Amino acid sequence: MAAMTREETEALIQEVLEVYPEKAKADRAKHLAINDQSLEKSNKCITSNRKSLPGVMTIRGCAYAGSKGVVWGPIKDMIHISHGPVGCGQYSRAGRRNYYVGTTGVNTFGTMNFTSDFTEKDIVFGGDKKLAKCIDEIETLFPLNKGISIQSECPIGLIGDDIEAVSKVKNKEYNKTIVPVRCEGFRGVSQSLGHHIANDAIRDWVLENRDGDESFPTTPYDVAVIGDYNIGGDAWASRTLLEEMGLRVVAQWSGDGTIAEIEKTPKVKLNLIHCYRSMNYIARHMEEKYNIPWIEYNFFGPTKIAESLRRIASHFDDSIKEGAERVIARYESEYNAVIAKYKPRLEGKRVMLYIGGLRPRHVIGAYEDLGMEVVGTGYEFGHNDDYDRTIKEMGNATLLYDDVTGYEFEEFVKRVQPDLVGSGIKEKYIFQKMGVPFRQMHSWDYSGPYHGYDGFAIFARDMDMTINNPCWKSFKAPWKTEATESEPVKAVA
Amino acid sequence: MPSVMLRKREDGKLLFYIAKKDLEETIESLEFDTPDRWGGEVVLGDGSKYYFEPMDTPPKIPMTLQAKRLSE
Repeated sequence: MAAMTREETEALIQEVLEVYPEKAKADRAKHLAINDQSLEKSNKCITSNRKSLPGVMTIRGCAYAGSKGVVWGPIKDMIHISHGPVGCGQYSRAGRRNYYVGTTGVNTFGTMNFTSDFTEKDIVFGGDKKLAKCIDEIETLFPLNKGISIQSECPIGLIGDDIEAVSKVKNKEYNKTIVPVRCEGFRGVSQSLGHHIANDAIRDWVLENRDGDESFPTTPYDVAVIGDYNIGGDAWASRTLLEEMGLRVVAQWSGDGTIAEIEKTPKVKLNLIHCYRSMNYIARHMEEKYNIPWIEYNFFGPTKIAESLRRIASHFDDSIKEGAERVIARYESEYNAVIAKYKPRLEGKRVMLYIGGLRPRHVIGAYEDLGMEVVGTGYEFGHNDDYDRTIKEMGNATLLYDDVTGYEFEEFVKRVQPDLVGSGIKEKYIFQKMGVPFRQMHSWDYSGPYHGYDGFAIFARDMDMTINNPCWKSFKAPWKTEATESEPVKAVA
Repeated sequence: MPSVMLRKREDGKLLFYIAKKDLEETIESLEFDTPDRWGGEVVLGDGSKYYFEPMDTPPKIPMTLQAKRLSE
């Protein structure tokens, strides 16, 4: 199918909206848009960060997911208590694949689930005593933890437990950082508020712990990698590039990160933000309080990597600028080989994305490097500023969908007929059963890393093995297939 | 009275950011912008107007300030 014109896209949106009742239709219409590169501001064409409609299948998560799952969870040497009923913690345990180095259960706790396991009794009489006991047990069983965060689940806010008081008492008793996080799931409209709450908790309880302590030796080349959650090893693939160009990475927020790194972040010279949506709050705070500038960067695909490396280097002296050029030159033959191998197999393929808060725009460059085209993209929980940044990345007349519903997404895919859909686990099997190649773009489908030059090679291989998988031709029963043979896939160069 | 975080963009323009409202806009004009008086009415990129209590010295940016929203 050829690229759609503006009118066709408009007609498609109208057709999809047709099934809704009048009121729902008016509301959903604001969240679906046709990209127009001439616009400076996204609020002219799309509404975002609004409450989902009751009755539609939204794909969003909750504030607890944003705080415990995204921001706090990957900090490996802290124990994160899922305070409340057992399910929230258990069903999200270790699903995000933030890799880390350490001995789980001894000095790192990333893939474990700690919960206060609320029962009816705790709802009636309050759970503060149980929380205190929980912290005592943690200190006995896991004495090498470097701190504890209390991630509130819905009932905590509803029954009005005072987790701050418990934290203060236990903080005195054990002399360890204990952070109460008010990230009850019902707060806000999506996980996005959870990110904000988590950022604010770091700001209030952790960040200033080492203010006035100058014992940490600094260099002019200190940076912090913020908003990289090390999914499948992403942060490691990014870190090697930064170190190779001569920078010193002091902290990783928060993939494979430690609380000590977070406490040292106010001493860096520049904050590098990968996931803008989940960590811009803390970067803005550090800019104001510690005068640390921050920039966004993008390590998906060689074009964007080179752009980002040069952009990062421009904040430093000539030795780093040379370093950036050296890194780009060093990997040039490597990524050109990847493109030469996979581009002939992937050229012209069309992709539809629906991901969280950063990848809907960040991975576009990587697909384009492989000669693919992104024909539709959307955010689960993006805000206006995310769409502002997306408009320029996407082609004209492509689809933009905010907080897309299950029904809309299916209909869009049926009509646009992309060669690949990139979204999450909940969408995966629907589209695979429809015969559309699918990659999970939250967890890299158990692959990764996709960041950096090393990651790009894996990204290209994964896209190829998904799209050109022979299974997609076997979808129709042999006696139902027509005699026409499709052209064979080009062999690997 | 929203708290507004002010910061300088790379090209030198002032950015006006209200976290609660998801609003990030450039400042197009500022009523007083001299070394001995700063503040007053500001007009943003989207045309909305806010008001900073005038100060005797310009604030050290980045900084969070209280602003008043002016109706059209």
